[in-house]
Amino acid sequence: MKSAFATVSGRPVAPLYTPADVAALDYRRDLGDPGEFPYTRGIHPSGYRGRIWTMRQFAGFGTPEDTNQRYRQLLAAGGTGLSVAFDLPTLMGRDPDHELSLGEVGKCGVNVASLADMEVLFDGIDLGSVTTSMTINSPAPMILAMYLVVAEKQGVGWERLSGTIQNDILKEFIAQKEYIYPPRPSMRLVTDVFAFCAGRVPRWNTISVSGYHIREAGATAAQELAFTLRDGIEYVQYGIDAGLDVEVFAPRISFFFNAHSDFFEEIAKYRAARRMWAHVMRDRFNARSPRSWQLRFHAQTAGVSLTAQQPYNNVVRTALQALAAVLGGAQSLHTNSLDEALALPTAEAATLALRTQQILAHETGVTGIVDPLGGSYFVETLTRELEEEALEYFDTIDRMGGMVAAIERGFPQQEIAESAYRFQQAVERGDRVIVGVNEFVDEDDDRIGTLYIDQTAADTQLARLERVRAARDGDAVRRALARLQEGARGGANTMPLFVDAVRVYATIGEMCDALRDVWGEYEEVPVI
Amino acid sequence: MTKIRVVIAKPGLDGHDRGARVIARALRDAGMEVIYTGLRQTPEQIVAAALQEDADVIGLSILSGAHMHICPRIMELLAEKGLRDVLVVVGGIIPDVDIPKLQDMGVRGIFLPGTPMQEIVDFITKHARSRVGSL
Repeated sequence: MKSAFATVSGRPVAPLYTPADVAALDYRRDLGDPGEFPYTRGIHPSGYRGRIWTMRQFAGFGTPEDTNQRYRQLLAAGGTGLSVAFDLPTLMGRDPDHELSLGEVGKCGVNVASLADMEVLFDGIDLGSVTTSMTINSPAPMILAMYLVVAEKQGVGWERLSGTIQNDILKEFIAQKEYIYPPRPSMRLVTDVFAFCAGRVPRWNTISVSGYHIREAGATAAQELAFTLRDGIEYVQYGIDAGLDVEVFAPRISFFFNAHSDFFEEIAKYRAARRMWAHVMRDRFNARSPRSWQLRFHAQTAGVSLTAQQPYNNVVRTALQALAAVLGGAQSLHTNSLDEALALPTAEAATLALRTQQILAHETGVTGIVDPLGGSYFVETLTRELEEEALEYFDTIDRMGGMVAAIERGFPQQEIAESAYRFQQAVERGDRVIVGVNEFVDEDDDRIGTLYIDQTAADTQLARLERVRAARDGDAVRRALARLQEGARGGANTMPLFVDAVRVYATIGEMCDALRDVWGEYEEVPVI
Repeated sequence: MTKIRVVIAKPGLDGHDRGARVIARALRDAGMEVIYTGLRQTPEQIVAAALQEDADVIGLSILSGAHMHICPRIMELLAEKGLRDVLVVVGGIIPDVDIPKLQDMGVRGIFLPGTPMQEIVDFITKHARSRVGSL
């Protein structure tokens, strides 16, 4: 028998949990019924009976035409929301013809350089009836402006739009590293989106505070929980400091967590997150409205757990991770495709991933009961332990002067790098078994067909960019960019300025460069 | 014994640096001298770093699919600078069809997801250019 048992995060677990482990638990104070403070058991009294989670499959590749076709297919297959994956040039605010875009156009997501691309991306999709999540951070306001103008052209009022813009720059500095500007001007762009949407796009989720990438970069479950919620605190504080009413913008904050492989630890993490956020909003920020206290979240299964070896095993991993997210009460869910350690998913693999969710929702019976693991000696203990560890990180980061200051010192980055290295060493020693990789290895591994993005997507995008630049009113673009720079130098909300620039077909590279001139670019000090 | 000098670089626009950082630490723990360039390095910057650091090995981490644009340029620049004997290895998501193409242009080691760190350490130890005669 193994001498030590621990979760995938390295947390030791006892062989048995008993009433003694939860003796201090007070049902009303610590759990509450679903729909009641502190929402440990869920934010809706009826759980998934009232409404099933949104099956939102993250997708994007090649040209806007390619991705538009994939969206139509996902919606036809019963998907209930869209989720846009952008390519690296778009995420980094570079036009397809920039030298750093070489070889990257359309590779990791769809390329969007201007409104012309956004029009094609949502062609034939009614933005008044679909909800759309857009995973983009540094150029979030520019992309949101493009979405708003497409809606306008479809005749859909902004007040009817529903969806999410990720807009979470802090986790970019911490983990995913797709940042452009230094932290402080970046935070201003975030709060500009909060303020603009509060008035003009009231149903829009203005930020998705994301632990997903933090976890993928190697964080433990407790670090994911701690850094994500501490980022959330930072955003609320910046919003308040910018003069916004917390009761107006707080309910539009949503969260995004990883659904990793350690089944019970993940369920406990989601439960702890809800409880912690409720206390943060009520006790730290004195918010009065229950809608400000409730943590809503999207979950995505763990890309990092997928293996290139024996790829069909990934279907099973994903199904189990998705089950954890559902038992943890996720509002929406993305299930990864089996081929994602090898490439962006094929249409067949993406459909199978969606079917996995549909089987969970309609065949397993888990949707009929709210928080079915509530009261488990083990799950309640884990929930408490994760919360305690995360609260210690809150204290550490508060002492540093907040998350922006902690990031500037490299604190969360270094904590995550330590965890990533420890995990990899455990795998190498064989303490962590990864089926098909360090045990149960198959010499004749199955090879599967994968999606290959060739150069034609880049060629199409370069040609369209050229047409857009030739057809638009160049003077109007220059004037819009000059006004944008002026607004950035002063205190104006930048969102209306982005909308104006988008309307005259300013490109993402031009808008981002205009602000690079004002704010400069952030460079991380590389440490190992 | 002189330490093997390795430049670990992340070319392209991608910021997913978990693999680069983990392997940099593993090589350092294995006794090599590791220089990590950080993110978003152009081929020109990477080759300049290799030259300046007198590197025996360049390790590239590429997950974005841009390898067929980045690797040829790096090999070309190495040849121009007379650094043909620098061992070039790539780790990341590399489709099968591209592996022989990368090998043909002189990329010696190609390490896909799931490769044990020790395998990479062993490969570099075995294939890094000999420093006998230098310094």
